Order: sequence, then C-alpha cells, then structure tokens
Amino acid sequence: MSIFIDKNSKVIVQGITGAEGSYHTDRMHRYGTNLVGGVTPGKGGQRTPQGLPVFDTVREAVDATGATHTCIFVPPPFAADALYEAYDAGITFAACITEGVPVHETLKVVGATPGMRIIGPNCPGLASPGKSLVGIMPGHVFKEGRVGVVSRSGTLTYEVVDLLTRAGLGQSTCVGVGGDPVIGTNFVECLREFKNDPQTEAVVLCGEIGGSDEEEAAAFIAQHMPDLPIVAFIGGRNAPPGKSLGHAGAIISGRFGTPESKIAAFEAAGVPVAGRPSEIPGLLAERLAAVATR
Amino acid sequence: MNLLEFQGKELFKRAGIPVPRSQHALTPHDVAAFLEAQPGEWVVKAQVLMGGRGKAGKIKMAEGAAHGRSVAEEIMASPMPPNRQNPSGEPIKSLLVEERLEIDKEAYCAIAIDRAARRPVFIVSRFGGMDIEDVAEHHPESIVKFFVDTTIGYSPYIGRELAFRAGLDPGYRKTFPAIAGGLYDLFFRYGAKLVEINPLALTADGRVIASDAKVELDDDALFRHSEFEAWRSALPLDEDELLAAGAGVGIRNFRRFPGTVGTMANGAGLAMATMDAVANAGGAVADFLDVGGGANAQRVRNCYELVVNNTGAKVFFINIFGGITRGDEVARGIVDAMQQTASRKIPLVIRLTGTNEEEGRRILREAAMTPVETMDEGAREAVRLSREA
Repeated sequence: MSIFIDKNSKVIVQGITGAEGSYHTDRMHRYGTNLVGGVTPGKGGQRTPQGLPVFDTVREAVDATGATHTCIFVPPPFAADALYEAYDAGITFAACITEGVPVHETLKVVGATPGMRIIGPNCPGLASPGKSLVGIMPGHVFKEGRVGVVSRSGTLTYEVVDLLTRAGLGQSTCVGVGGDPVIGTNFVECLREFKNDPQTEAVVLCGEIGGSDEEEAAAFIAQHMPDLPIVAFIGGRNAPPGKSLGHAGAIISGRFGTPESKIAAFEAAGVPVAGRPSEIPGLLAERLAAVATR
Repeated sequence: MNLLEFQGKELFKRAGIPVPRSQHALTPHDVAAFLEAQPGEWVVKAQVLMGGRGKAGKIKMAEGAAHGRSVAEEIMASPMPPNRQNPSGEPIKSLLVEERLEIDKEAYCAIAIDRAARRPVFIVSRFGGMDIEDVAEHHPESIVKFFVDTTIGYSPYIGRELAFRAGLDPGYRKTFPAIAGGLYDLFFRYGAKLVEINPLALTADGRVIASDAKVELDDDALFRHSEFEAWRSALPLDEDELLAAGAGVGIRNFRRFPGTVGTMANGAGLAMATMDAVANAGGAVADFLDVGGGANAQRVRNCYELVVNNTGAKVFFINIFGGITRGDEVARGIVDAMQQTASRKIPLVIRLTGTNEEEGRRILREAAMTPVETMDEGAREAVRLSREA
C-alpha cells in the first residue's frame, strides 16, 4: 500500500500539451505512472509523443479512460476552473502543481469540492516509489520502502528523500503539500492517511516557519500516533521575523509561527527535531531501532 | 500588496463602509490649500505601511492653513524611524488630511484567511485602537471569531452574532452588520488576504466610522484587477525588492543580510535550509536568494551578478537540487557568469544534484570548478573560505 496514489491509480494530465505539462508528462510516463491520457481544450483527438490520447474535456477523458486522478499544469487564471471541471467529471484526486493561484479561488474550490482530495496548489505533487509519481518530483531520488514523507517545500523534500534513500531508508509515499496560504491537504490529513497505511512504519515531516500547521501536526501525533517513529525538520530557523522569504506561507508574524514554538510542540509530542536535514536519517533509524526492540 | 490607508479607505467607500471626510495630499502646500478652504480641526496622517505612526509623531492635529503647512512639513521632514521588521524605516511620500472624530469607543474588526480552517475568518474585539496581538495577550476573552462558509458567504446574522458575542457597545449594533457585510464584500471582490478596521470608532454623536484601514491584496489575484495597476506601480518597493525584480526573480525571492556568505538555492524551502546550513557551520549569510523553479542559464547569471554586486559576500554558495531546474542549465549559467562577468570574482562553492546532474558537473569540471557533494559540506567549505577571504 501507499497513500493517495498507487500502481492502479489512473492519472490524466490537465494541460498536457503545454510546456510544463508535456515535459512532466514524459517524466511521469518514464517513471511508470499509470497515465491514461490528458486534456487540452481544442486539441482533442491528438496523441502525445508517448501515445497518450488528448481530450477536449475532463468528462470525455474520464468516460474514455476511467481516470480517477488528475495532475494539473494549467496557468494560474485557469487552475480553479480546472479543479471544478475535474470534480464535476467525477475525479476523486487532484494534484494542482500550478503556482500563483489567487488564494480566494483556492478557498472557494476547497470548500465546494467535498470528497475530492486536492494536493496543492503550488506544490511539487507526490510519489509512491516503485508505483506512481504524480507531479514534478525527480523520480531518481526515490526508493520504495516504509517511510512516509510529508513536506511544505519542493526542493527541500527532494533533498530529504535523497538523504533517506542514501541511508537505505526507502519511502512509502512522499507528499509535497504546497506552500500557499490555503492548501487542499495539510500535514494532519496526510498523517491520518499514513497512520492507516500498513506500508508506512515511520514518518518524516518537513515543516517550515510561519503558520501553525506544524503545531497542529504535533498535537495530532501526540494524540493519535504516539508510537510511530517520526522525525521532524523545521526550515528557516535563521530567517528574520516579518520578512516573507519566497513562499507565501513562510513568514513569521508577531509571536506566531516561530521556529521555537514549532520545535517545542514537536518535542512535547515526543518527536525529535533534526537540526539539519542530514541528521534526519540517523534520528529516524534510532527511532525505528527503539521500536523494534520494544 | 499592502495598501496605504487612503487607498484602503477608497475601497471602504466603494463597499459602503463609512470613513471620515478626508483629502489625500502630496505636499505641505496641498495641505495648506485644503485647510484654507476648510476651517476647523483636522488630523494630518503620514501615509506609510509601517505601524506605530502615532508614537513616531507622524499623526498630528492641525487647524488653519499656516498651522497645517507647518505640521505637514514637520511630519514629512524625516522618514518613519526604523523598527525590527523595517530596519531601514520608511520614507513619507504623502499625507491624509482627515476630519477629526470625537471618539467615544474603539472596536476592532478584521477578516483574514484561516489556513487551518480553510475559511475566511471574522475577528472582532471590543478593544480597538491597539495592536490585535496585544489584545490577544491582555484580553484574549474579548476576541471573537466567525468562520464563514464560502459557499454561503456573508449574511447579516453573522454581524449581529459577532456584535453580541464581542460585547460591542450597543451604539454599534444597528450599523455593524452592514459594515461587516461591506468588509466581506470588499474582501472577496478584490481578492484581499486581510482587511482590517482598527479602530472602528463609535463617535460621541453616535456615528460608527472606520478610523483606519489596513488592506492586503493577494499579489496572485492582481491580474484580475487591472484598476490597481496604478497603485501597484506607485508602491514603494524596497531596495531588495527592486534588485530582485531587476534580476528577473520574484520580489520576495531576495533578501540581504549583514553576513559574508552569499547563498543561492532553487526553491524557497531549500534556500531557507541553505541559510540554516551556513548558520550551523558557524557562518553568517549575506543573503537569501531563491532562483526559482526551472531557472535557465541567463537567470543564474543574473543571480550571480545580483549577489556579487549588492551584498557583502566574500564567497558564494550555490545549492541546487534539480527537479524542474536542470543541472546542466545552472552549470552553464555559472560558467557563463564567471567567464563573461565584469564584476568582481569571489570564490564559488557549488553543490549540484538532481536532474541532469552528471552533465552539469561535467560542464563545471571542464571550466575547472569543483562541485561539492552535500549541502553540509558546501556550507562548511563556504564558511571556511569566507574566513580566509
């Protein structure tokens, strides 16, 4: 098992003929993702270089292929529309890679599409190593295994996964939840899935400064999964307050969202916080060994 | 994009929220001319984004043209003094001359986006006129919230309920639901991330008026509102933001700091972790720089120039983990920059991995540069070199 995506997940790409869409379609295809087609309005009937059928609408794509999952690469003005179209056509899982979606449009979409799992927007997508990769993560860093990874960042996730893989710690599913102020799926929702996933025996959680997602995750861990080996990392410990560094989400405002508050919350939940990414595999191996001898 | 008070109040007016009578003025002369024609007591307020105007002496009473001119000159004579969040202060480019209100009570009303609930949230308190974070500390029980279901939107019961729960003075009750509704309308119509009335004044003669206005618009939504283009282009970008824009990266992707280790990474998360890695290795960074996704050789070159020409960097640590960004493109940009730049040259420490990493490393080796293997190793090496330089 894994969470959200596996070998059988039938995936379409919305915006499959665009620059980003076609580039990453090829990479997902080569990774082995079960891609069944894509959508670009006005280009229905064409085939991609990988031989995938292109449809004019998501409904046509779903009717013809039985797709349940979508990966969205359309430009920001059309991202919310693409999500509504997917929802209306019966898609149950959407990874929205698009960066720059107006936050009010995200707010409305997540409120109006109950039952459809949305990852992102402004996220790198996710990967269940050896099974499926949906989004823009570099496939070669992954190795199938038992560690679940959830992160607010993109490239930092690749860094962490690469370190885990080099240390022989394979992954069940890695989810990049996205850096926007409003996202479809947060840390707690991913943790709940990991908790119920038999393949996942440990979790690495990569947070960063700003917001309270990490504090909420820590509270959830303390209450619902105190025995699972979990290691956390908080990026941006040396960022100055009040400055927005890149991500819309990563800003310390006033007394909230400080690294100290996040570290204290994890430590209170019994979750060690790595001082640097390279410490994560060692800390996780320790926690796994402690569970094995118990 | 944060709006100045007079811009926020312009939007308030459009949404039917009562604001004091006022005149926007660019110079002390404009203030004098307005007061010449308008007798009585007025308030002259500096138009800046920073808080703490009152304490800094940037809000003053004025009566009559001559007094108005001298007060305006006094306010504009010096910039807003620096604070922790704005270490360079803020220049004062314009003033708002406003009706003086006889204020009886001050309340607080705002709408923000609650990340955890994924809903807009009304925040109301009967204590206005001070920083809401101070209210949260000293009178936490006074803060009431309402999470709005976006599929329903605003309905007047929300305003009534908030007014009762917050214990607002009965003088607010009649008008508050309409003001809250106007605020919600504005919040959605213009794609705001925050709208705040602090204080929402109850005057001695029983009027409820927004005495200040704070509006933060969503930069990602500005393409839907071309009417804000003039405000956007007139907004003071700080020096870092101007430099970032000039290099072709997002205005939030570059920040300078006092240290000597220049940094650049792809992705904000990795860029922050890179800063942390330098700090862990005992060094101090000269900047935060996220080169962005899918960076090409040209953008990498621009970023080299950006750091070398504008910071106190003695060494430049480049940390790239390729996803969309391709290692060969980054390597080409670095080599081009080093071969063609007219700027000073500082030692480079390059960590390059991920997509097309072999090709990238080959390009670097051919140009006699040696990439390091890991982020920690790169940070250590960069800190060592910064001490030698």
